[in-house]
Amino acid sequence: MRTAALIKRIFQEMFRDKRTLALLFIAPLLILSLMYLLFNSDKVQPNLGVTGADHQLVKALEKADIHTVHYKRITNTEKTIKDDDLDAVLQYKDSQWKLTLQNDDPTAAKALQMKLHQTVSQFQSALMNNDKAARPMEDIKTGYIYGNRNTDFFDVLSPTLVGFFVFFFVFLISGIGLLKERTSGTLERLMSTPIRRWEIVTAYLVGFGTFAVIQTIIVVLYAINILDMVLAGSIWNVIIINLLLALVALSLGILLSSFAASEFQMVQFIPIAVVPQIFFSGIIPLDGLADWLQAVAKVMPLYYAADALKGIMYKGMELSDISCDLIALLIFASFFTILNVFALKKYRKL
Amino acid sequence: MDYSVEIESVSKSFGKKAVLKEISLNIEEGKIYGFIGPSGSGKTTLVKLMVGMDDPDNGTVHVFKEKVPNLGLLQHIGYMAQSDALYLSLTGKENLKFFASLYKMPKSEAAERIAYAADLVQLTADLNKRVSAYSGGMKRRLSLAIALIQNPRLLILDEPTVGIDPELRLNIWNELLRLKNEEGKTIIVTTHVMDEAERCDLIAMIRDGRILANGTPDELKELYQADNFDEVFLNAGRKSHENSRSN
Ligand SMILES: Nc1ncnc2c1ncn2[C@@H]1O[C@H](COP(=O)(O)OP(=O)(O)OP(=O)(O)O)[C@@H](O)[C@H]1O
Ligand SMILES: [Mg+2]
Repeated sequence: MRTAALIKRIFQEMFRDKRTLALLFIAPLLILSLMYLLFNSDKVQPNLGVTGADHQLVKALEKADIHTVHYKRITNTEKTIKDDDLDAVLQYKDSQWKLTLQNDDPTAAKALQMKLHQTVSQFQSALMNNDKAARPMEDIKTGYIYGNRNTDFFDVLSPTLVGFFVFFFVFLISGIGLLKERTSGTLERLMSTPIRRWEIVTAYLVGFGTFAVIQTIIVVLYAINILDMVLAGSIWNVIIINLLLALVALSLGILLSSFAASEFQMVQFIPIAVVPQIFFSGIIPLDGLADWLQAVAKVMPLYYAADALKGIMYKGMELSDISCDLIALLIFASFFTILNVFALKKYRKL
Repeated sequence: MDYSVEIESVSKSFGKKAVLKEISLNIEEGKIYGFIGPSGSGKTTLVKLMVGMDDPDNGTVHVFKEKVPNLGLLQHIGYMAQSDALYLSLTGKENLKFFASLYKMPKSEAAERIAYAADLVQLTADLNKRVSAYSGGMKRRLSLAIALIQNPRLLILDEPTVGIDPELRLNIWNELLRLKNEEGKTIIVTTHVMDEAERCDLIAMIRDGRILANGTPDELKELYQADNFDEVFLNAGRKSHENSRSN
């Protein structure tokens, strides 16, 4: 009952604060779109050098929006690519496909490679029906001039990004929400009414949680439907993970706000509590790091969320495959929530 | 005699600074009890201990025979803080409704209490305005109305009439007297306004975290050989200075 009253009040205040609402719902979409555009700027027709491929395939490639340059023979692949500014060379030699990517822009290279695979395999499966000797598409040997096959940036990055923006905005807005209550003295005033500490924490979790749920759903739907992020697994699983992450962000934001005396101090927590999490969320591969650094990653909620999101969105896993990550997130959320009830002891022992 | 509040050798310090030193005091039910004393003497700290918003380092506080802090007691204590703690983006009415819903009260009674409290502080016409558009005095009055919202047996008002014009102040005091006389409520006020102090049944003078003297206004005037209360305040100050020098 008292919790319901508090939730209602949070809603009333929130709906009168149009700018915060806008920040919560629109800012993540803006930033995601911007990142998307930056990473996918290379929309120019790729140049592909081809040797030994038959006429039909070249036609199919041209149809797939790949500009082909025909070579009789290529002796020095690297030199040809560099001199003629090709994005890749596709060679058919000794009944073996060989693809060499320039890879100066991993995203573009990745996209080209995927397109090639698709076109070649389509072309071959059409051939396969007539000609059993044709090579299956797995047999394209791929080489790179720069980097290697693991430099596929945005695909790995995008699940992390979705998680990060959910985390960041929920953290900021819930933290500042309770902070306002503290600095205006109304939290202390509340403590002179018979409300219980856990009722306050619950009300804040549910009140801001509702906005977090809406924000999460908007961000996920936008990322997948409008920005066309890769989604190998189920969208429901993506939403579940992000909701758990939002709950962690919510409880952490509320908790840290008890150590901030002003909005400005709350913002100071961002470089300490939020930014390091980005580095440990899989943007930089963790395997090569020192053991203690890997251990640091294990105490960061975003590490688990990113791992789970990558699993679902990129690798097409099921919920059962990432249950450890989900449990970790749940533990974080309940841990922070319990700490919150204790942190309010500062105001009243009961 | 029934005591609403019993304070037993309570001490409180913030860090190294001792703010309350061994304070003992009983407050009778159905009386208006005033606290006066210079700024920083510990009045607010003392009334917060009575509400249970802070813990004493030593000693105990009992309200209605129950040890503070106690959640059940808070239903019966109306508290008005020294600084207004209101939700600025909500209207006056929404603030009242919100605080009313934190207490055990049927909906119909809540509506009545809101109307009564708003009328008492003459805010009825402004109830649908947002608090951010209120003047300082209006905010003060809304805080007072909130303190009265659950019809508490004990009212603890920390400088309730700061920033309120003399006419309205008179109204409020008349209502406080009526609440005491007709409804038998116990009212605790802190104040710097000496003519308000004189309207109290009993007064405690606080200085440097100790109760220098307490009694009826007339007793205090006699004790400090003063004609009016301003003199009581000043003479008490002088006396405590001499004491501390001779110590
Ligand atoms: N939370 C706190 N932390 C540290 N010191 C405090 C705190 N609250 C009060 N004090 C100190 O305790 C002393 C008494 O403060 P208190 O607010 O009780 O005074 P007061 O009698 O109400 O004064 P005023 O008439 O100005 O309201 C002051 O010296 C103040 O600095
Ligand atoms: Mg005070």
